[in-house]
Amino acid sequence: MLGGLDFDVIQRSFLYLFKEGMSFTLTLTLLAMTAGIVFGTMLALMRLSSFGPLAAIAGGYVNVMRATPLVLVIFWFYFLVPWIGGWLIGASEPIKVGAFVSSLVTFIMFEAAYYCEIMRAGIQSIPRGQVSAGLALGLNYAQTMANIVLPQAFRNMLPVLLTQSIILFQDTSLVYVLSITDFLGAASKVAQRDGRLVEMYLFVAVVYFIICLVMSQYVRRLQLRLAVIR
Amino acid sequence: MKYNWNWGIFWQQSPEGQGTYFQTLIWGLGWTLATALIAWAIALAVGSIVGVLRTTPNRWAVRLGNAYVELFRNIPLLVQMFLWFFVVPELVPKAWGDWLKQLPNSSFYTAVVCLGFYTSARVAEQVRAGILSLPRGQRMAGTALGLTSAQTYRYVLLPMAYRIIMPPLTSEFLNIIKNSAVALTIGLLELTARARSMQEFSFQVFEAFTAATLIYIAVNIVVVFGMRRLERKVAVPGFIGSAAAPLPGH
Repeated sequence: MLGGLDFDVIQRSFLYLFKEGMSFTLTLTLLAMTAGIVFGTMLALMRLSSFGPLAAIAGGYVNVMRATPLVLVIFWFYFLVPWIGGWLIGASEPIKVGAFVSSLVTFIMFEAAYYCEIMRAGIQSIPRGQVSAGLALGLNYAQTMANIVLPQAFRNMLPVLLTQSIILFQDTSLVYVLSITDFLGAASKVAQRDGRLVEMYLFVAVVYFIICLVMSQYVRRLQLRLAVIR
Repeated sequence: MKYNWNWGIFWQQSPEGQGTYFQTLIWGLGWTLATALIAWAIALAVGSIVGVLRTTPNRWAVRLGNAYVELFRNIPLLVQMFLWFFVVPELVPKAWGDWLKQLPNSSFYTAVVCLGFYTSARVAEQVRAGILSLPRGQRMAGTALGLTSAQTYRYVLLPMAYRIIMPPLTSEFLNIIKNSAVALTIGLLELTARARSMQEFSFQVFEAFTAATLIYIAVNIVVVFGMRRLERKVAVPGFIGSAAAPLPGH
């Protein structure tokens, strides 16, 4: 069964897999996570705004994103970003956008919808009295949010935000549909070239498994620690 | 910079020979729903068993259940799809592998199995949470009444647990519909794949993707309303519906 396998191919392509592939995957994950959380928090504030149209726009955006498969969203932005870019700079035709920028925009916009829902729950978990107290102290809305509500909401939701980020890390493998050389894409290229699909895909699965397992165990410990302090 | 809109494109014949573009999209929806529904049946069955295992007093059963969930949750869905499609047929005995490879619609069966097991781990997590959220006294009461362990689960714990986890199960069901789009990578011609090929043949990018997005949203709405009705119908009088906590997911 395992007799005809040649795990040498992993050693031969090791440097390529990690230097080209994994570094792309990690860069994409970290950038999309950071920008996604910032943008998601803004969306959450919009959704909770007392100004109706603003709440409706944010709510509509989040619901549409959450109802659409990520693969379709990747295709959407792959074709949409050049048009938006061209429109922004007033070019006469769609601009050329690299695969990295396109996928980065996709993941920021897509994950922001999910981070938004997490941050919304986090903001709603803060007792209303704290907002009133902030306003009574003479802070304005922005100050109350920035100094009182958001830090606590962020802290309460940290484990959930991190779990979502682990999912984001796994999801970035879907850039495969754009033939981008992320970790899976790199492994897939080597696999096709050398005819070693079994070895390469098993290796990819093991690497993803170890990284995600370590991260999720860390999140679990963090959750316990935060729960005790609160 | 001008994009040539052509909404009439849906009524033109598609070169794939399956009628108009609109019809090919509807066929795609059919494959999406078929994949999602059968995979959901697997996910519910396997997920319930694993979820129950993780709440039994047997330590080894709990460990086994935990390992199962960790295995399926920590590998990206796309990688799992490739494992089922490219790797499994090579690792099973050769005769079986050959049979698997020449199977017609093999990408459909692969997608069903892959999505089923992938989602089962997430269902197991919910089932476990549902059972653990019940007061300890319920299990004890079952035992005190002389029910066996299996009977306690069947008549006391699970009926309540399923009702409690109905909202998160709804979102898992929505996830399985969306996740079936990943199967386009192994050649399943579901809705997203049809929209993509429509874009390739007709160059009407935004019409094709808009149509697919609208169909997904419509399916989403139907499922949410249906599940809400079901929830109301099976609600036990005297219990407030469970509050849905935000779940990380996609």
